[in-house]
Amino acid sequence: MVPAFVGLAFLVFPLVGLLVRAPWTTLPERLTEPGILAALRLSLLTASLATVACVILGVPLAWLLARVSFPGRKLVRALVTVPLVLPPVVGGVALLLVFGRRGLLGAWLDSTFGVTLPFTTTGVVVAEAFVAMPFLVISVEGALRGADARYEEAAATLGASRWTAFRRVTLPMIAPGVAAGAVLCWARALGEFGATITFAGNFPGRTQTMPLAVYLALEQDVDAAIVLSLLLLVVSVAVLAGLRDKWISP
Amino acid sequence: MSLQARLVVRRGDFTLDLELTAAPGEVVALLGPNGAGKTTALRALAGLLAIDDGHIVLNDRRIDDPAIRAFTAPEHRRIGVVFQDYLLFPTMSALENVAFGPRARGVPRATARATATAWLDRVGLAEHLRKRPRQLSGGQAQRVALARALATEPQLLLLDEPLAALDARTRLETRAQLRGHLSGYAGATVLVTHDPLDALMLADRLVIIEDGRVVQTGDAAQITTRPQTDYVARLVGLNLYRGRSAGSAVTLPSGFVLTTATTQEGDVFVAFPPAAVALYAERPSGSPRNTWPATVASVSRHGDALRIELTGPIPVAADVTPAAGVQLGLEPGRTIWASLKATEATSYPAA
Repeated sequence: MVPAFVGLAFLVFPLVGLLVRAPWTTLPERLTEPGILAALRLSLLTASLATVACVILGVPLAWLLARVSFPGRKLVRALVTVPLVLPPVVGGVALLLVFGRRGLLGAWLDSTFGVTLPFTTTGVVVAEAFVAMPFLVISVEGALRGADARYEEAAATLGASRWTAFRRVTLPMIAPGVAAGAVLCWARALGEFGATITFAGNFPGRTQTMPLAVYLALEQDVDAAIVLSLLLLVVSVAVLAGLRDKWISP
Repeated sequence: MSLQARLVVRRGDFTLDLELTAAPGEVVALLGPNGAGKTTALRALAGLLAIDDGHIVLNDRRIDDPAIRAFTAPEHRRIGVVFQDYLLFPTMSALENVAFGPRARGVPRATARATATAWLDRVGLAEHLRKRPRQLSGGQAQRVALARALATEPQLLLLDEPLAALDARTRLETRAQLRGHLSGYAGATVLVTHDPLDALMLADRLVIIEDGRVVQTGDAAQITTRPQTDYVARLVGLNLYRGRSAGSAVTLPSGFVLTTATTQEGDVFVAFPPAAVALYAERPSGSPRNTWPATVASVSRHGDALRIELTGPIPVAADVTPAAGVQLGLEPGRTIWASLKATEATSYPAA
């Protein structure tokens, strides 16, 4: 029992510290500072876009891993989880090498479409999606493994193509898993720091998300950092609590 | 709407090799013990499993033939399947489940829903259109599954153990209803079951498979009176022996001789019901034929009678009244005399 309480205290105490040290009296003025709102808006926008990208690409990938057996499936599954264990800064460096202006794909994107990703808002989305996608894939793959594949067979005998069977039969069945994955994915994207600052830089209004703003503020104005952190905490907890009752049942 | 098929599926040590035909409107039951390959055959017909050899011809169209690399995906063959556990889509209502097939085949939503409503009405579920599968009873779910399969207007209907998931009472009722729906269906039906009663009551013709092979085919009368294997004999409740017949005397491999009511020459089966065997405490006087000493191996209830399993020169099951059982003191180990009325034993050529 004692280690359990110590564990709980260890998880909760830092959050309490944040609340205790918060400059409550000056909070309203600080919250309405334009820099803070811009960072918050950017964070919410990029995390949401990254989540959408992860759902669009991650759900089919999870389906592939769960339903189709092909040589090297275990290797692919391991590769998918690499961003999970990779230090985010390393991820950012890797993204620069590929999508950078002289990168493997970046040079081609630049010369063909005139698109550059690094140090742009799109770059923030790319960095966040890269780091957060494994959360979605793992969650959806688990849900797919739990869903009986024979329902898809039944759908096929009724004349449904694989895609129709997946969309109309399997997807509604695994919706809670997809929702849980998307929430985890969104939370991870919202807190992304290392890959973002490496790949997208720290430009206020363009690539400076909340975690980046917190880090910057910590060096100049501790109170500002606390306010930003508090805001980030409130937003994440609110979203998690709001969705938990609706979709995620333990 | 007819089916001609030869299904060959190899899985490790197991080989399914099965000839199967079904005429329009005909109900063919595939009957066999667990592991005989019944479900494999059904999955092969539905296209959920590719056959390794043979062919499937439905309405003169060759939908599967590995020799010419022909394979039709399940969604492109018009075969309706009622799965053993129904596999109703849990996130959809009964109506949406039945409308799913027509919708998947491109029927407009309103038309598909009207078709589904009509089908659910036909199976007596007009009141339950909006219910989710988990709100339905076993019998209701079975009928939704049947309506869902039939709503796609299949050319062939496959039923996998359609009554196995039901309790005894619902089963009786659902069986009668299913029989009605099948007789109203114009296409061929293949039914898979391990229950002889389902097969006998629902099917026009029975195909009995054991270990991946057909061991006997025929209608209910042929199967119930002339079983060709021990499995079939057990299913229909007959004692069955194989031997060589000369006139009305059949010599079994052990040398034991049974006298039958029929005369045959050569390899034959002899079959008789357990009720044709009478048991006596002493050697009965009179006709010495078909009388032998036997030992009681087990006693069990069988309907209103007692089923006595006997060992001796031939293993045999006998049915006696409970009163006779008490009078004879029948219990395992007791030695008694068994007598078979020759008029009740029939012989017929071994296939």
